[in-house]
Amino acid sequence: MSTITPELAPELGSLALSALMAVAAGLIGSFAVMRRMVLAADPMSHIALPGIGIALILRVNPLWGALALLLLGAVLIWAVERRIRIATEAVIGVTFAVALAVGSIITSGEQLIDALLGAPGTLTLREAAFGIVGSLIVIGFVLRERNALVVRLVSPEIALTSAVDVARLDLYFLLAFALTIGLGLRFLGVLLMGSLIIIPAAIARRFARSLGTMLALSVAVAVAATAAGTYIASLTARPSGPYIVLVAGGLFFLSLLRRRES
Amino acid sequence: MNALEVQDLAVRLGGTDVIRGVTFNLPRASCLAVIGPNGAGKTVLLRALIGALPHTGKIAWAADTVLGYVPQRLDIERDLPLNGRDFLRAKAALAGSPGSMQAEALRSVGLADETLSTPIGNMSGGQFQRLLIAFALLGRPNVLLLDEPAAGIDAPGQAQLNEVLHSLQDSRAMTVLLVSHDLSVVYQYADYVLCLGRHGACFGPPRAALTPEALYEVYGQPLGFHVHDHS
Repeated sequence: MSTITPELAPELGSLALSALMAVAAGLIGSFAVMRRMVLAADPMSHIALPGIGIALILRVNPLWGALALLLLGAVLIWAVERRIRIATEAVIGVTFAVALAVGSIITSGEQLIDALLGAPGTLTLREAAFGIVGSLIVIGFVLRERNALVVRLVSPEIALTSAVDVARLDLYFLLAFALTIGLGLRFLGVLLMGSLIIIPAAIARRFARSLGTMLALSVAVAVAATAAGTYIASLTARPSGPYIVLVAGGLFFLSLLRRRES
Repeated sequence: MNALEVQDLAVRLGGTDVIRGVTFNLPRASCLAVIGPNGAGKTVLLRALIGALPHTGKIAWAADTVLGYVPQRLDIERDLPLNGRDFLRAKAALAGSPGSMQAEALRSVGLADETLSTPIGNMSGGQFQRLLIAFALLGRPNVLLLDEPAAGIDAPGQAQLNEVLHSLQDSRAMTVLLVSHDLSVVYQYADYVLCLGRHGACFGPPRAALTPEALYEVYGQPLGFHVHDHS
């Protein structure tokens, strides 16, 4: 696989790419937070691990293995939610704990840390292309389907009588959510990507009183945290993922200082 | 011609028959009131009719049916960052209805335009209920299903709401199905009554279906309800 050549200014390109991913994370996170899926990001990200392990055994890029299992996990959650209406959380929790265990058995310690917290290094062209295309798919999905997502959020029954295919919308939403986690794998690691999806949206929710404000604020915080985290990381010559999440987390605690009206 | 034909409808949830043996035909542009004690399955019936619950038996809507559904109280989190305008705009976009429709829908439910800037979780019960009805009207439905639409609305608001429903039914030849606990409203506006009781269902025009004996059968206790016959 070819790597991005220095002539292409990798720092700049990679910054633009992470900003695009942050936009995707801020948008999908807005709806995830409004749907009270805050805790789903974590177990969902665990399922990437066995994928990484399998990919390493098969000698393919771990990213593809992680992505395949993430999307499979989304379908699994969707199917479980539809069939068994009770104890969904328990099923998801157990399934992904098992995934984590399997993942840690077939993945070496160092690879595991890289997958969880992000690996530094130059992106291959394919990885960069995946980042761009994946981010655009997520951004396009949320913006295109925002009306259906809004109505679904208020009431699935109302959505049903508003010509929304609720089951399909739920599946696409989970797939977009899984894809967003996969996008962050190379940059932040799956664990930290979950945070970049949730934290900016959680901050936005504290201030926003309309959908437009919610989406705009969430995206702005995600991009700002990504840019600031990347900058701090460049000063310390360490991976940017933890710094990005630290900045986002810091902003969240700052936002707690403001009491919500109403 | 019938707007809806239901035959031997049964819904089983969690191993219990919530409703069973429900059969009725509803002519177009008529108003059906669904009554019955708490837990009789009124909401379940409506949800089955819109296709949100698995069921057995036949539910056949007329081919040109466009449904509008107004659910019973929804639990909306107070800090949900969605205001009334977001909600109506979403429906208008989904239904492809023009902007002028929104003003008309708001007018018919008596909701002020300023209210739309309020997050839906901060609206009063009555405001939110009116918003839900305006939302349903935006899709230009020819059938409106309402689950206790008057719940949480003040007395003048209830009277206004009943007038709105009645005029929609007249002016747009809309078929209306509503769950109501107010038997006087049922007598005044409904063309048909479906009683869901512990011992099965009954169906008919209010005067025939709502005899003291039938009400006793449905509610399991005598009701102090008296028909004011002004005719």
